[in-house]
Amino acid sequence: MDWAVYLVGAAMILTGALGVILLRNPVHCALMLVFTMFGIFLEFINQGADFLAAVQIIVYAGAVVILFLFVIMFLGVDRKEAIGAERLRFQRPLAILLGLVALVEILALSRVDHWVSGAPAQSGALKGAGSNVAKLGQSLYTGYLLPFEMTAALLVIAVVAAVVMSRRHQPSAGEMSPAAQKELRESHQSALSASDPSLAGRLEAPSE
Amino acid sequence: MGGDPLFAHGLSLAVWLILLGKVVAVFVIVLVSVLFMVMYERKAVAWLGVRYGPNRAGPNGWLQSLADGTKLLFKEAFTPRTADKWVYKLAPYLMLVPIMIAFSIVPMGGEITIAHHTTYVQLADPPWGILFLLMASGIAVYGVMLAGWASGSKYPLLGSVRASAQLISYEAVLGLTTATVVMVTGNASGFGDALHTHAIVAAQSGHLAFLHWNFIHTAFVSFILFTIAITAEMTRPPFDLVEAEEELSGGYNLEYSSIDFAWFYLAEYAALVTNSAILVTLWFGGPNGPTVFGHSIGPFWFAVKVLVVLYLYVWVRATLPRLRYDQLMDLGWKRLIPFALAWLMIVAGFQVTNNVSGSGFGHWLAQKAWGFVAIGAAIVLAVLFLRAVEVGGGASEVETAQQDRLAPDGREVARRGGTP
Repeated sequence: MDWAVYLVGAAMILTGALGVILLRNPVHCALMLVFTMFGIFLEFINQGADFLAAVQIIVYAGAVVILFLFVIMFLGVDRKEAIGAERLRFQRPLAILLGLVALVEILALSRVDHWVSGAPAQSGALKGAGSNVAKLGQSLYTGYLLPFEMTAALLVIAVVAAVVMSRRHQPSAGEMSPAAQKELRESHQSALSASDPSLAGRLEAPSE
Repeated sequence: MGGDPLFAHGLSLAVWLILLGKVVAVFVIVLVSVLFMVMYERKAVAWLGVRYGPNRAGPNGWLQSLADGTKLLFKEAFTPRTADKWVYKLAPYLMLVPIMIAFSIVPMGGEITIAHHTTYVQLADPPWGILFLLMASGIAVYGVMLAGWASGSKYPLLGSVRASAQLISYEAVLGLTTATVVMVTGNASGFGDALHTHAIVAAQSGHLAFLHWNFIHTAFVSFILFTIAITAEMTRPPFDLVEAEEELSGGYNLEYSSIDFAWFYLAEYAALVTNSAILVTLWFGGPNGPTVFGHSIGPFWFAVKVLVVLYLYVWVRATLPRLRYDQLMDLGWKRLIPFALAWLMIVAGFQVTNNVSGSGFGHWLAQKAWGFVAIGAAIVLAVLFLRAVEVGGGASEVETAQQDRLAPDGREVARRGGTP
């Protein structure tokens, strides 16, 4: 039974991954990514990692890919790509070569036991009493509390930074050169007085 | 470890048959209650508005929704020329299927024995339990979003972007308030089972069960936040600006006709029924209620509670006007999410040393100490948060004013924070 679920999940993951690369329409690609997520969901269930499976769907399928779709729709890039025109001439053979190297690396690393950097890692079935969710929660809030909290802090910092940076697109007066300020002010003034004579003189240049 | 006792002795033919029966039963329950709900709502809204409501098809008009459904089934399914054919056809199912599957985790009674096989009166009790609700609402966003995009015209796209932003915003509140229930359940019944809906219901039973229901256990606040969030998640009034006709001429499903439109309609009411059932499960003890002559009549109490909740939704629809888009976003991000976070912390605080036994003021204080610490911390954080909102609001007002002044043609430009 397990191997049947594994095969279905693997087929879903591979189909989805190929779809992401090969389909022309970005929205279709994003949907194939969701399909891949469901394959991973199946594999997690098959491994008894119930909580990870649920979170996989809630976070990745339910939020991350949705944001991808938002960006795709807002930027209006939801049209077919012109793949034929390549800027770099040796891009395609190079990509295939690097892909093969990466595949060989992964296969080689999967044959070696202790390849996760630093931290003690082990894979295998859950041992002892208690459900997967309870154990995961306990280890997150005891042994791995510091990394957990630091990850959370990192995410918050990233969000705040994104807000700060996105709100800075309007250069304030202090950041412009005096000449540019003068030019801007004059253009506004002429526009103002053209649209409404009573407003003229409101934006007078400060005496220097 | 929890789980349905049905599978304790392996999978025999009888077990498969029982399972099949349960699947069909849940499917029929959802479909029939959708048909009923459409009429229930139309009748109740008409009554609240002092109108007659539908009264032609069948006895007192009760067959109206059946007639509407039949009509939609036989109309021509139309696909716009600019539509993305596959995604256009797929979107309604993405909306309908998750919400119908989500009903499978709702416990409608205790246990039942069929041919020596004991089983829960609920289709499935998966280990991820109540997270299934969040998964379903996460996937349902795709239905809304892709329906609008695949229609290939502007208004549905605007409607769907607006709708999916709303759905994503309120999912966080949903998760945070569900977490309080899981926490309370875990403290009562063991942490391994806390996600199981069966355990959530079981933890709310007991003598004078009313007092053990979660909406009292978590002191109303979580319940109210959850109800608001799930109403927004269903895009029910007063959060139904997804379908604001006067602004968007119909919303994400504008181009849909015939059976494809019927799926959206069905999904909307299936969501209403399923979410009301989950509301009852989480906060009102599910099928808990007084026994009659020693017999447990869980399904009856469950149905009564769901009907009451459904009526409340109809009542709200008939009473409250629609929110504006910026009000909706303000409510979600600036009020509900911080409030839900603070309340999660407070409930968690009261759970920490809940198991200290003994009587007297000293023990009581020892039990509640962390809770009071959490309340204090929540107040401090709330003050900081309000200050942050004030500063941020002031800054963005200054910025908006600057932009107004610097607008190239000198006229006042549209302010931010309005309808996208």
